[in-house]
Amino acid sequence: MKLELGYIYIKDIQFGETSKVENGIIYVNKDELKSIILEDQNLKSVEFDLAKPGESVRITPVKDVIEPRVKVEGPGGIFPGMLSKVETVGSGKTNVLKGAAVVTTGKIVGFQEGIIDMTGPGAEYTPFSKLNNLVMICEPIDGLKQPEHEKALRFAGYKAAAYLGELAKNITPDETETFETLSVTEGMKAYPELPRVAYVLMLQTQGLLHDTYVYGVDAKRIISTLIYPTEIMDGAIVSGNCVSACDKNTTYHHLNNPVIHDLFEQHGKTLNFVGVIITNENVYLADKERSSNWSSKLAEFLGVDGVIISQEGFGNPDTDLIMNCKKIEAKGIKTVIITDEYAGRDGSSQSLADADVSANAVVTGGNANEVINLPKLDKVIGHINYVDIIAGGFDGSLHEDGSITVELQVITGATNEMGFNKLSAR
Amino acid sequence: MVKEIERAGIPVVHMCTVVPISLTVGANRIVPTIAIPHPLGNPALTHEEEKTLRRGLVERALKALETEVTGQTVFEEK
Amino acid sequence: MIKVVQYINQFFANVGGEEMAHIPAEIREGHVGPGLAFQQAFKDEAEIVATIVCGDSYFNENLDKAKAEVLAMVKQYNPDLFIAGPAFNAGRYGVACGTIAAAVKEELGIPSITGMYKENPGADMFKNKVYMVSTKNSAAGMRDAVKKMAPLALKLAKGEKIGSSAEEGYMPNGIRVNFFEKERGSKRAVGMLLKKLAGKEFETEFPMPDFDRVDPNPAVKDITKAKIALVTSGGIVPKGNPDHIESSSASKYGEYDIEGVMDLTEETFETAHGGYDPIYANADSDRVLPVDILRDLEKEGKIGSLYRYYYSTVGNGTAVKSAKAFAAEIGKKLKADGVDAVILTST
Repeated sequence: MKLELGYIYIKDIQFGETSKVENGIIYVNKDELKSIILEDQNLKSVEFDLAKPGESVRITPVKDVIEPRVKVEGPGGIFPGMLSKVETVGSGKTNVLKGAAVVTTGKIVGFQEGIIDMTGPGAEYTPFSKLNNLVMICEPIDGLKQPEHEKALRFAGYKAAAYLGELAKNITPDETETFETLSVTEGMKAYPELPRVAYVLMLQTQGLLHDTYVYGVDAKRIISTLIYPTEIMDGAIVSGNCVSACDKNTTYHHLNNPVIHDLFEQHGKTLNFVGVIITNENVYLADKERSSNWSSKLAEFLGVDGVIISQEGFGNPDTDLIMNCKKIEAKGIKTVIITDEYAGRDGSSQSLADADVSANAVVTGGNANEVINLPKLDKVIGHINYVDIIAGGFDGSLHEDGSITVELQVITGATNEMGFNKLSAR
Repeated sequence: MVKEIERAGIPVVHMCTVVPISLTVGANRIVPTIAIPHPLGNPALTHEEEKTLRRGLVERALKALETEVTGQTVFEEK
Repeated sequence: MIKVVQYINQFFANVGGEEMAHIPAEIREGHVGPGLAFQQAFKDEAEIVATIVCGDSYFNENLDKAKAEVLAMVKQYNPDLFIAGPAFNAGRYGVACGTIAAAVKEELGIPSITGMYKENPGADMFKNKVYMVSTKNSAAGMRDAVKKMAPLALKLAKGEKIGSSAEEGYMPNGIRVNFFEKERGSKRAVGMLLKKLAGKEFETEFPMPDFDRVDPNPAVKDITKAKIALVTSGGIVPKGNPDHIESSSASKYGEYDIEGVMDLTEETFETAHGGYDPIYANADSDRVLPVDILRDLEKEGKIGSLYRYYYSTVGNGTAVKSAKAFAAEIGKKLKADGVDAVILTST
């Protein structure tokens, strides 16, 4: 399967009379987009705002971040099974508005959404401070139950991203990049000398605000399976979670999965990147056992020499991570795991909830408990008064002068376990 | 937490879903439960059925407290 | 000007080798031996005002006495910084450096640093107690050791923020510190996997911990007479979360009176836990904390009684150390109140 990504580099985003992309600038007609979003009966209102790199802006509570993309050639559309029909995506051509994103916010659904600062110390920890963001503040109708509220917000994000992506359909990209995955046998013939490597992508699947969807299927209902890496680039996997936002994969992370990109970079040179095994992190022990049995079995089936396993979340998913690692190592396949740590505010506590000697190659995204002071910023998009109760906040997090003291946990994407960032700990 | 209460000299039974974590952190008497968001319940059942289920689990926990153990023991369903 | 006192052994002071290892501690003005290299590295930011020279055998054979003597000497100069060694792979010297560096830090409250080879027995004994720079295994590594120790020492003396072990060159001391790597995590993972596949040496960013164990207490003799307490890490709290227990990384636990409470209902109790789907616990908190069943069993005489209070915290992202401290306190209270057994539920 072969996909060409066409990057259109975005340097600014503005509101305008006609929605279009021109000379690296996205223009958005607010009213048009608003009417599309408000087709959802569960949303009472939607407001739009812009947040650009370096601006004194804080966005909170952040639910999801989504990169606008559009299928230009090849079967299917972006976000198959969610917005588009369940067609297999991942081949042909896809255009990407690089440097832009849609950020969803609004009244809190649980206590589990994050913060994005566009400047200051907080901005260094989130990759989204470097993007030109269209922020949507969505408010639900009164009395809407949490699951419907979450779903309405989630879909509003996909729709807005698809709307922006559509503007790029007929634009010639500034740069293109091609990714190709051969069948197992073709790959063996093409790279007989290279070690065969797969990627085990763990998906958070624990209920409200903890879910992930694959081609529209709630991933807690899958057993581990195989997927081409390019399918993921076309939005086959989307995020429905933002609990402790630091180590949750937004839809943006899935679209730009760094492990996939870095394995492709070495593909055909130092290794043969065979494909992706996706697995879940469920709340039943039997599911954990079954899913990790299955992912290790698939790794064996593919005949790989090594895998990289990325976790999503912490706590009980540490067990899924360790099970995957232990069972795959037991088959004689080498593993590297990517996780993050909850070592306490002073860094002296136990970092993981589970452990095993076979997990001897660990990459860490840093200690999510580390406390950070974020100065007051000129503008807040969303609702600042939730800071005390979102995960990683505490009584007194929000100071009278508008500055906040929080754990890194609250910053969207800060300790991402796909290895999206440079942050680490020792 | 389990370990510290045990250290205080009181026998403790840990009722939890993710038994491997309990084993790793060192609980001695462990009763496996239903699911992480509802360890002692199952929303798919009727209220009465759910109470029966919960009672069964609690009785197993009491049994565990009455049982002498020498090391980590998981009290599985009989 | 930062005032520094350094501790070295008889060998590095040029007094002699093994035959002179018995000499007691003595003090000399200014820098001696390796102190010259340190003094040069400090430029004019710091000055080594005195050097304590002590025989390795003397220190180790008269540990308490020698420690007290050296501490007294250090105190007399009231320095801003104390440096012991570096000891490289000299075992007794390493133990002496670790002992005295840790003592100066703890007992005198003076910033203190030492350095030695990672396999020196002094390393495992003291690396978690005082900043200890990892050096090569022989004095041939002096230049390298000074290069790492001097800047870290100055930072300590000035009270500056100390970065992670990987940046500063000290041995991992159990305290995890964040820092920015040169490459992103995924790239580091690919690199690590390639090394592992090729059978080359690689360094994990997080060594797996050892978990300690506690022996089980004897069983409850007669459960029908026992006073039983409920504890949970599932965050069950009276509706409204009166103590504001955090949804993640809890800094406290709550103690709640359930006298007369027969059943936890949607109107009266909820969960404060941010790590799992709260719908089920909010609808019926007995699903996490089985108060209803224990009341039934109490009525039927199957248990002695349910303890009047229950304890609750949120186990989500909460440091093990905090949880440990909560439980130690809870355990003490329960013991004092004559509780016979505890049911602890987790989500």
